[in-house]
Amino acid sequence: MVLELAKPRPIWQIMFSTHHTDVGLLYLITSLAFLFLGGTLALAIRAELFLPNIEGTGQIIVDSMTFNRIFTVHGTTLIFLFIIPFASAVGNYFVPIMVRYKDMAYPKLNAIAFWMIPPGGALIWLGFADFTWYAQPPYSIISAPGPAADMWIFGLKILGISSVLGAINFIVTILKCKHPDMSIGQVPLLAWSFLATSLIILVAIPTFAAALLMLLTDRLGVSGFFNPAMGGDPIAYSHLFWFTFHPEVYVLVIPAIGMMYEIIPRFSRKPIYSYNSGVFAFVLLSMVAFSSWAHHMFATGMSFTEKTVFMIGTLAAVPASAMHVFNFVATMWNGRIKFSTPMMWAVGGIALFFAAGAGGVVNSAMPLDFSTHDSYWVVGHFHLFVMGTIAFGSIGYLYYMFPYVTGRMYNETMGKIHFFLSFVGTILVFFTQHVLGLYGMPRRVFDYPPIPEWIAMNQIASVGAMIIGVSMAIFLYNMIYSSGKGKLADTDDPFGLGGKYYYPFESKTPHHTGY
Amino acid sequence: MSGHSNWPEWIYVAIVIALMAWVGAEAWEAERLVEHIPADAEVIKVTGQQWFWTFEHEDGTKEIGELHVEVGKAYKFEIMSKDVIHSFNIHDYVVLMDAIPGRINTVWFAPTDVGSFDIQCREYCGLIHYNMRGTLYVEEPSA
Repeated sequence: MVLELAKPRPIWQIMFSTHHTDVGLLYLITSLAFLFLGGTLALAIRAELFLPNIEGTGQIIVDSMTFNRIFTVHGTTLIFLFIIPFASAVGNYFVPIMVRYKDMAYPKLNAIAFWMIPPGGALIWLGFADFTWYAQPPYSIISAPGPAADMWIFGLKILGISSVLGAINFIVTILKCKHPDMSIGQVPLLAWSFLATSLIILVAIPTFAAALLMLLTDRLGVSGFFNPAMGGDPIAYSHLFWFTFHPEVYVLVIPAIGMMYEIIPRFSRKPIYSYNSGVFAFVLLSMVAFSSWAHHMFATGMSFTEKTVFMIGTLAAVPASAMHVFNFVATMWNGRIKFSTPMMWAVGGIALFFAAGAGGVVNSAMPLDFSTHDSYWVVGHFHLFVMGTIAFGSIGYLYYMFPYVTGRMYNETMGKIHFFLSFVGTILVFFTQHVLGLYGMPRRVFDYPPIPEWIAMNQIASVGAMIIGVSMAIFLYNMIYSSGKGKLADTDDPFGLGGKYYYPFESKTPHHTGY
Repeated sequence: MSGHSNWPEWIYVAIVIALMAWVGAEAWEAERLVEHIPADAEVIKVTGQQWFWTFEHEDGTKEIGELHVEVGKAYKFEIMSKDVIHSFNIHDYVVLMDAIPGRINTVWFAPTDVGSFDIQCREYCGLIHYNMRGTLYVEEPSA
């Protein structure tokens, strides 16, 4: 359904609709709103860390508790309220079209899954908890203040249920509702990415759902699962948490890779190098996703054998990720590449994906992990994934689907400026944070001692963050202005690639290789 | 699928797997050596609590926020916590181990340079986590 502001539909018609594109639009707008909210918190964090506090100078945020709340809500928001709903938006728009079905398999369930997100988000934002997105007991049981922590727990509970409902819907839509003429080996890679992701969600999320309930009853004082004072074990929580949230990393990244699989061949004017290898790598990734969770816990006093097993499980994810990179590069090889805005974001995202993966190998090697663990290295590392890879793929795809959603074109120049500023900013912030970690700066700190290297690195990172902030302001203006007043898109070929802007739009033969 | 041959990808994947196997083997070997605690290591009990570190030497002397050790000797830290999880960290000597209530974790080191080094908490532990710092003084042996 095209959101054409020249012929507006009443807002309630979209809100109460169960049509997949309407629900997709709701997901899209909600996720973008949270992107800007969460991003604002990131700017606050970087502003605070620009200077160490010396006798009252350099302090911007009123106290450390506020700062702790800010980074907690920043992380929770961008993971659960931006990345995941954004992927759902893309899936809602395109998965039914790609499998040639009229809607999602369960349209009402689809709308319900979306409408759980606003209350979940409201609980997290109104509570503003302080115990990091990890909610590690016993801190979260005995030390985290007030109803904020309980609101966070209920918020995540709701968002978890929403994810599971969405996952069921995608699996049934892809496996059961695809066109009878279409084999599973013809389903485009973007839809495959949603299938892989949804299967991971179904296996992974219930574990954390259980852990959340146990955390809540521990907080109420009626149980002691994770409370050492009552005979519990806080490390048990860590295992349950990471059993869900290491695979969740792949839940976040696989759809972004799927989006790149749409963009790269289209703008290279070539078929994908190897569809089979893409499918194989998705399936492989979703299996090895479950073999590596405890690499987050090397410093909790694990035995040598445990560490070895989880190191091997972690390294096993590298070849599958590397296959995607190979596939992208081989697709672009000898292509007639057109660097429109979506292509720039996708290619930039792949470069940063490679950098993030290379840094991850360092983390996984046991002895080196003790140098990087819980330092700013880790912050830089996973932000290269969530920002550099996932947000880059997502924003590229947003530009790509913009003509489809609005019937209009965004401003290409502004899109390119947005990319260049974000790319430079991302490198300034997150590459620098790797170095900062090697200098030993711990993560989640409100303040730091005035060590000259730390100050320099923090200032480079903060400047980078402000550059990203500026680029995002341009992005916001571009999206709003172009939705209403952008020039009308040529719906057959909005990017001037020659050929048709085929199946996202209207094709009857959704073959990836059909260029 | 398509008609082209896929051998470059297989070679590439083989190279990646070989690289990862090499990284894994090197890491395994290094960690095995690092985790071998010398038998004559002196025990120092480290206790983390919101938001400071307490150290207890073998002879019973206690220090708060400061730790004095002798250069060239091996020390084994027995790390515990009184309240929430902390992480005991001397970054310059890559000493990092969580302090977890209800269990004792061990890690060892042997300082090689005289001087003072930062001790910090590397696991989020609340209000003053950022300032849960101490100093390690490595001194010449006192004759």
